[in-house]
Amino acid sequence: MCFADLARGVRDVIAQSLLGMLIASLLAAVAVAQGFEIEDRRSYPGAGDEMLRVLSTADLDVFEPFLLRFQEANPEVGIDYVTVSSAELNRAIRGGAAFDLALSSAMDLQFSLANDGYAQSYESAVTDALPDWARWNDQLFAFTAEPAVIVINEARFEGLPLPRTRADLVTLLRDHPERFAGGLGTYDLRESGLGYLFATQEARSSDAYWRLTEVMGRLDARLYCCSSRMIDDVASGELALAYNVLGSYAEGRLGADAGLAILPLEDFANVMLRTALIPATAERVEDAGRMLDALLREGMGDGPEPVLPPLQARGEAAASAFGPIRLGPALMVYLDRLNRESFLEAWDAAMEQ
Amino acid sequence: MSGGPEERWSIARRLTLFLAAMVAILALVSWGMVTSFAREAAGRTQDNILAASATSIAETLRSESGEVRLELPYSAFSMLGALSEDRVFYRVAVGDEVLTGHADLEGPDVVPGEVVFATLPYRGAVVRAVSLQRTILSDGAAVPVTVTLAQTREGVQAIAAGLSRQAAVLSVLVFVLAVGIAAFAVRASLRPLNTMAQHLATRGPSDLRPLRRQGPPELMPLVKALNRLMERLGGSLRRSEDFIAEAAHRVRTPLAVVRTQAEIALHSVEEEGQKQTLRRVIRAVDESSRSASQLLDHAMVSFRADDLTRERLDLPALAGNVAEALRPTAQMKDIDIALDLDPATALGDEILIQNALRNVLDNAIKYSPAETKVTLSVRNGGGEARVTVVDEGPGFGTASAGELTERFRRGARAEGVVGSGLGLTIAEEALRAHGGRLDLSGDEDGRGACVSLILPAV
Amino acid sequence: MRFLLVEDNHELAEGVVQRLGLDGHAVDHAATLGDAEDCLAVADYDLILLDVMLPDGDGRDFLSRHRDRIETPVIVLTARSQISDRVGALDQGADDYITKPFDFSELEARCRAVLRRRGGTAKNEITLGQAVFDPTAGTLRHGEEVLDLRNREIRLLEVFARNPGQILSKGQLLDRLFSMDADVTENAIEVYVGRLRKKLDGVGVRIETVRGLGYRMDT
Repeated sequence: MCFADLARGVRDVIAQSLLGMLIASLLAAVAVAQGFEIEDRRSYPGAGDEMLRVLSTADLDVFEPFLLRFQEANPEVGIDYVTVSSAELNRAIRGGAAFDLALSSAMDLQFSLANDGYAQSYESAVTDALPDWARWNDQLFAFTAEPAVIVINEARFEGLPLPRTRADLVTLLRDHPERFAGGLGTYDLRESGLGYLFATQEARSSDAYWRLTEVMGRLDARLYCCSSRMIDDVASGELALAYNVLGSYAEGRLGADAGLAILPLEDFANVMLRTALIPATAERVEDAGRMLDALLREGMGDGPEPVLPPLQARGEAAASAFGPIRLGPALMVYLDRLNRESFLEAWDAAMEQ
Repeated sequence: MSGGPEERWSIARRLTLFLAAMVAILALVSWGMVTSFAREAAGRTQDNILAASATSIAETLRSESGEVRLELPYSAFSMLGALSEDRVFYRVAVGDEVLTGHADLEGPDVVPGEVVFATLPYRGAVVRAVSLQRTILSDGAAVPVTVTLAQTREGVQAIAAGLSRQAAVLSVLVFVLAVGIAAFAVRASLRPLNTMAQHLATRGPSDLRPLRRQGPPELMPLVKALNRLMERLGGSLRRSEDFIAEAAHRVRTPLAVVRTQAEIALHSVEEEGQKQTLRRVIRAVDESSRSASQLLDHAMVSFRADDLTRERLDLPALAGNVAEALRPTAQMKDIDIALDLDPATALGDEILIQNALRNVLDNAIKYSPAETKVTLSVRNGGGEARVTVVDEGPGFGTASAGELTERFRRGARAEGVVGSGLGLTIAEEALRAHGGRLDLSGDEDGRGACVSLILPAV
Repeated sequence: MRFLLVEDNHELAEGVVQRLGLDGHAVDHAATLGDAEDCLAVADYDLILLDVMLPDGDGRDFLSRHRDRIETPVIVLTARSQISDRVGALDQGADDYITKPFDFSELEARCRAVLRRRGGTAKNEITLGQAVFDPTAGTLRHGEEVLDLRNREIRLLEVFARNPGQILSKGQLLDRLFSMDADVTENAIEVYVGRLRKKLDGVGVRIETVRGLGYRMDT
């Protein structure tokens, strides 16, 4: 390699990164102007000038392989991937932020976006192939099915029988306060939309939820914003048990961290659907549709190793009594301001005994 | 002049088209009704669910330390989601103050104690909205709370449209089926008419028997009219026959008188000139008589040939009968009729074949010299039955067979013999009607005539 | 022979009666079927000549009605020559039919044929010298010997037998024998007379030639 080439390469890299920084700062300015908080962002320039703007709640580490695969198949499409929290995503889309695709794990918020007219309809052979429960009104599409699981640190449970139901768990926790005090973690419902969704759905399904919450409150449970931190703390032994962690994240860590285990409960499991929608404000609808199709294809287990648990793996779960949380107007019930207030009041009361 | 299309179209076609048009109208009407019922039913279902949901929301309203509170029931919304994938909007307001839900949703004006529905535009879609009011006691004061619940109508319309489509498909199927059945029914109804027409068509021209078929009552007037017509036709034919017979009688009886008187006179006059005159008179009478006979025979053959009966004919027996009938005539000239009969059978009209043979044999006797022999033989072979008459007369001379059988033409030998020349024509026609032919030839040694009546053998 | 003629045309009936009389036959005439029944009730006939169209009915109907009662042979006289008529007449029991106008030679030939078929109920024999001549059967019996005569010979002999001693011209004989066949000449008469002479040889009757006038039979 001669110097000139190297120089050109360096210049290109500088130019590119300058351009990238420029765009990023512009976008950040826009984001700030529209009032939402960006957690992470990365640009993948394509052969063309246009960028497909994706707003997502999925961490880049998890999602990047998919993006690269997509770009390989569609080299002309550049991707601007912005990671936000689900609440921020909701706020951004409602605020009219210009994105071409919105991917979120908060299916209730996604649903209310679609219901309130912030999504546009999209139909393709791939969306037609989706099972009915994974699709709403040609606007909202599920591309993963992820259960809420309980992650435990096996060392902290040594010598104890592993509970098989929530009732067992409540009894176990109640019987060994010394061992579990301060060693329990769960979502902070005020912080995490996903936590709130899991909690409301569980409260609806079983009265064990409130007893469990009370026990956790009594044992000074620690509250988290996200699954990954909870898993970190369980892995480190700081926590003995993390309740309602995203199964996909947990499974990804099982091999890497010894002592980490998923506690299988037999009574029921909430299954969350990660959903995508094309915002009404989207400009590159065609490319967005292409990416959506690619996502759904992977979601249906078609193609290479999927980055997230595919729908099909949960297809069997869907056949059981506790299928994935249903996409429908009922999701809006706990989003209601009054309902949320009264639920959180109850939760606070349970947690802060 | 051909009639208008209505006159040229068959009854079956007209009836079928008429029925098809009727069925089409019925199908359209029923489709329209099903569609409107479906729309109404789907709309009502949606209304009911909306009302139930709104009511169950309103029931959770309560006052808590001076504040109006409510808890949206999960079932209220999951109910709405069960019907379709329609978008759902709601709003709960205390007075003018929005408590929760979509603040910009304006429902219909509420009437206390009633559930009010309205169809109105909202967020770029048409929604079905329901409003109801409930009064809550808060801090001792009555506070009216309005619950408005709205749902887009795509699902409802899709259900109605689906039902309407199904009804349309069903209507088309019913239409096709009904037209098929109509066509079949029309054909079946008209079958007696066709059968009658066929029955009439296969009848011979002289078959004027009344129709005896029992048909539908609608056809009976036609049958009766036809029978009356045939009766009249038959009567007129019978009258014609009677007329011909009467005419023949009227002509022949005076001829007979003339002949008889002439013959008596012939015996009493002495003078040769007068005798000659009388002989000429007698010969002229004979000629007219024979002409009349043959004309009648010819008419008979033509008539019967149109409507040929085909019975099994025992040809040797038939030839024997004809020979017996003519034997006295032959004997007058001392002509011997020799029979040489092999068994043979043909299908045909006995009277016609008899008449043909009679004419041929009569000719042979007429043209044979006295004290000769006429041989009548029947042979069977090569799929043909052959009745041959051979005489020892002068033969046919140079005339061809075609010329000989041509009407009113006589062979060269006919000079001085009474006869109109129709004999062979009659025989030829009778045979041709049977798919046979007349074969004429001279005898081997040039003397005498050989006439063969050839019929397909069975 | 005795005939019953049923014929409504009087002129024709008169002629037939007269003509048959010339041949030595006795003929009763009935103008209607009613008359015919009366005649049949009181007399026996060798043969009935029955017209078809009669004022009080159809001859054929009469025939079919009375066929089982009347054994006398019947020859139907018809003015129609339609095939159906002929067949009808035979079917209804007539022995033969003849179409008007008829040749008396033919009528006679048919009568003879019918009588012969019916077994010769009428004995009509004429004695000629030592021989007996039966014109119906056409035979000449002389002792043990029975000669068969040909038709024209019978006719000729009958004419001579019924007119014994009379001179008959060739023309007269021609008219009686050959009907109106034009191909027969007076020479034929000579031939037949020659034949008859041979057959009558030794019987005791002779046919003499009367020069310039004709022939005469002497017994």
